Amino acid sequence: MSGPSTYQPTNPALQWIEKRLPIIGLVHSSFVAYPTPRNLNYWWTFGGILSFMLGVQIVTGVILAMHYTPHVDMAFNSVESIVRDVNYGWLLRYLHSNGASMFFIAVYIHMLRGLYYGSYKAPREILWILGVIIYLLMMATGFMGYVLPWGQMSFWGATVITNLFSAIPYVGESIVTLLWGGYSVGNPTLNRFFSLHYLLPFVIAGVVVLHVWALHVAGQNNPAGVEPKTEKDTVPFTPYATIKDGFGMVCFMIFYAWFVFYIPNYLGDPDNYIMANPGVTPAHIVPEWYYLPFYAILRSIPSKLGGVIAMFSAIIVLAFLPWLDTAKTKSSKYRPLAKQFFWMFVVVAVLLGWLGGKPAEGIYIIAGRVLTFCYFAYFLIVLPILSRIETPRALPNSIADDVLAKYGKKAASAIIALILAGGLIVGGTQNAKAADEHGGSTPPSLNWSFAGPFGKFDRGALQRGYKVYKEVCATCHSMSLLHFRNLADAGGPGFSAAQALAVASDVKVQDGPNDAGDMFERPGRLADPFPKPFPNENAARAANGGAYPPDLSLMAKARNYDRGFPQFVFDFFTQFQEKGPNYIDALLQGYVDPAPKDFALPPGAYYNKYFPGHAIKMPKPISDDQVTYDDGTPQKVENYAKDVSTFLMWTAEPHLEARKRIGLQVMVFLIIFAFLMYFTKKKVWANAH
Amino acid sequence: MTTTSSAEHTRRDFLFVATGAVAAVGAAAAVWPLISQMNPDASTIAAGAPIEVDLAPIAEGQDIKVFWRGKPIYIMNRTKKQVEEARAVPVSSLPDPQTDQARVKEGHDQWLVVIGICTHLGCIPIAHEGAYDGFFCPCHGSVYDTSGRIRQGPAPLNLPIPPYAFVSDTKIKIG
Repeated sequence: MSGPSTYQPTNPALQWIEKRLPIIGLVHSSFVAYPTPRNLNYWWTFGGILSFMLGVQIVTGVILAMHYTPHVDMAFNSVESIVRDVNYGWLLRYLHSNGASMFFIAVYIHMLRGLYYGSYKAPREILWILGVIIYLLMMATGFMGYVLPWGQMSFWGATVITNLFSAIPYVGESIVTLLWGGYSVGNPTLNRFFSLHYLLPFVIAGVVVLHVWALHVAGQNNPAGVEPKTEKDTVPFTPYATIKDGFGMVCFMIFYAWFVFYIPNYLGDPDNYIMANPGVTPAHIVPEWYYLPFYAILRSIPSKLGGVIAMFSAIIVLAFLPWLDTAKTKSSKYRPLAKQFFWMFVVVAVLLGWLGGKPAEGIYIIAGRVLTFCYFAYFLIVLPILSRIETPRALPNSIADDVLAKYGKKAASAIIALILAGGLIVGGTQNAKAADEHGGSTPPSLNWSFAGPFGKFDRGALQRGYKVYKEVCATCHSMSLLHFRNLADAGGPGFSAAQALAVASDVKVQDGPNDAGDMFERPGRLADPFPKPFPNENAARAANGGAYPPDLSLMAKARNYDRGFPQFVFDFFTQFQEKGPNYIDALLQGYVDPAPKDFALPPGAYYNKYFPGHAIKMPKPISDDQVTYDDGTPQKVENYAKDVSTFLMWTAEPHLEARKRIGLQVMVFLIIFAFLMYFTKKKVWANAH
Repeated sequence: MTTTSSAEHTRRDFLFVATGAVAAVGAAAAVWPLISQMNPDASTIAAGAPIEVDLAPIAEGQDIKVFWRGKPIYIMNRTKKQVEEARAVPVSSLPDPQTDQARVKEGHDQWLVVIGICTHLGCIPIAHEGAYDGFFCPCHGSVYDTSGRIRQGPAPLNLPIPPYAFVSDTKIKIG
């Protein structure tokens, strides 16, 4: 992309094409012969990783759109049917939802690398600004994508974010109505978000082309921050940069696969497994982790318009960096003061992210204001002053000199710092979600057979759990996402098709109309869903003292509690994903009668140690010997609770076993591949050092 | 690098080939789920389970249309005359030679069960129309006889018979 190519193919057919459309020469000059500085470190592989992630998101996204229904009544269930019924649908959905987080992790590293090494300075200003535009587009795309599953956080995230525009004086309300296509977030909003979520990635891809073009005109920056002068300073893009980027990418894929196969809901919000309900806001509205620093800035300004302006300014200010930092030295390696302030800025940004996940009250508000000031001060005060007063260290004469002089050791500590930082942000969100003042006690962590990388469901527990569900829970709770056929699915309770059919035919299902136009009842079939205890929500409320027994299909993924610092960091490594079953198990055994004396129990409620707020409308559902176990398992409440929790984990994640099994295969493959890539990279680079 | 020995070359080539091969295997494995997702999902497969149809209400000379796996199935209670017409034709004169006996279940000779999709380009033929008292496809003029065999027009094959069996004298199970 840097001017007319001198490349001439030898094949006559290719020559014929090349004369008319010099595309081979373009590819050759951009991705083969293109000279890259030979001292690039692994932080430079994130550009390639980002292109890869964009590709992954577009491919998985286009596929998900083949199965998704953008309608308020069907969106939530269509996402669930992707996960449950479509071949490898669970894989595609988890790749896409976790892919968004991976994309942002990579982009933040990419941006911080640019910040540290001064990659925004002349002649790369436009390159940098194009990057800021891509980042803005990514944020918009990510936000709209998060709305599509139409869970509680989708809906309320959409409401809160679109309401930002109501802060605009005079026309704000009209703009919000325009964005919604109605008087509240509704079906038109979902439809247009789907359309735009499909469109924007291609816009991003277009701007990425410009970004790469600008990069190839200006040439890459490098850790030394001195421009290449002679041939000795550079190596051709292929094979040197390609193989290095490839190795970086495979390592990143291992990290990505860890999330997808083992902790796919670690970064997600359990509330999003509850279908959108315009009448109930979740206790703590928290955006996805990648928006948290800006969310903290928004909340720390005590004026509606001011907060919105501050939030957008926090991103826009990046575009002005080339003119705020006018120091001649690019790389912070040679700027002793700038380097320290850079790391302070990283800490400030991480702390802002952590605050964004905290409730906006007390000390958090003050801390938020201080950190917001620090954030802007870095760009508007520190960098302009530093560029005038700082004395940089001596630069190497050339890139070749730099390569000979150094062997960097900073990378490892920086990686650790980044992991800790990421952990803090995640922990922040988890704290916020559970930091209910009158929250329940923390449920004990039980041993589950399905936990860990080799976890499998205990078939006996699933079958007993199904029995408990059918005889006890199902009298009030629906299970709308399950079908009789699922009982015979691989990785499930292990019913044979005939047994599942027998269960189904015990149930009378309304069908019709027949030729006479009448509805009639017939025995259930495998394809029929589990029967509902009540015909509609109002009937359910009327029969349950005004409370609506929630659907149990996703309960084991829709419930959460605080694990606290540093537990959530360990949870990443131990693949802890069992909050839901722990909570359900504890809740079923958590009834205390009579309630503690100092607790004012509302009429019609029961005291439960683990229920948030303690006053639960569901009476103690089960007692010893209520359900007959045929396999000799003691008929105790604790066994009932554990078995039904296991069963609910399966109903929430029916492909858990397949996920972990395929995960192991993918991990083994990626690790072998990473080793091969590493040695290949060493071989290729052996000539260059 | 100017003095690279041939042994070194072999080792390096092997490494490159191995890495490339593993990459190719990985790419192929990654494509599999991307293609496989296009196949019918579990709910579609479950909904395509066999169906039972009661034949009692269908009088002689009448037909009904039921749907199985999204396809229209004609179930026709043929008159004696229609059966005789179908059996009188010399099989060798047909574009897609097949006896009527081969297209019905033995002992239930009056019942014709065919998938009502024209074998030309997928339109739905109209029953009891056309020169052979069978089916006539309005799209491009294919004519089928009382056994659902192609007699005239561009369609190459007879109307296909779905998998079915008689559960009792008045009930069939399709699928």
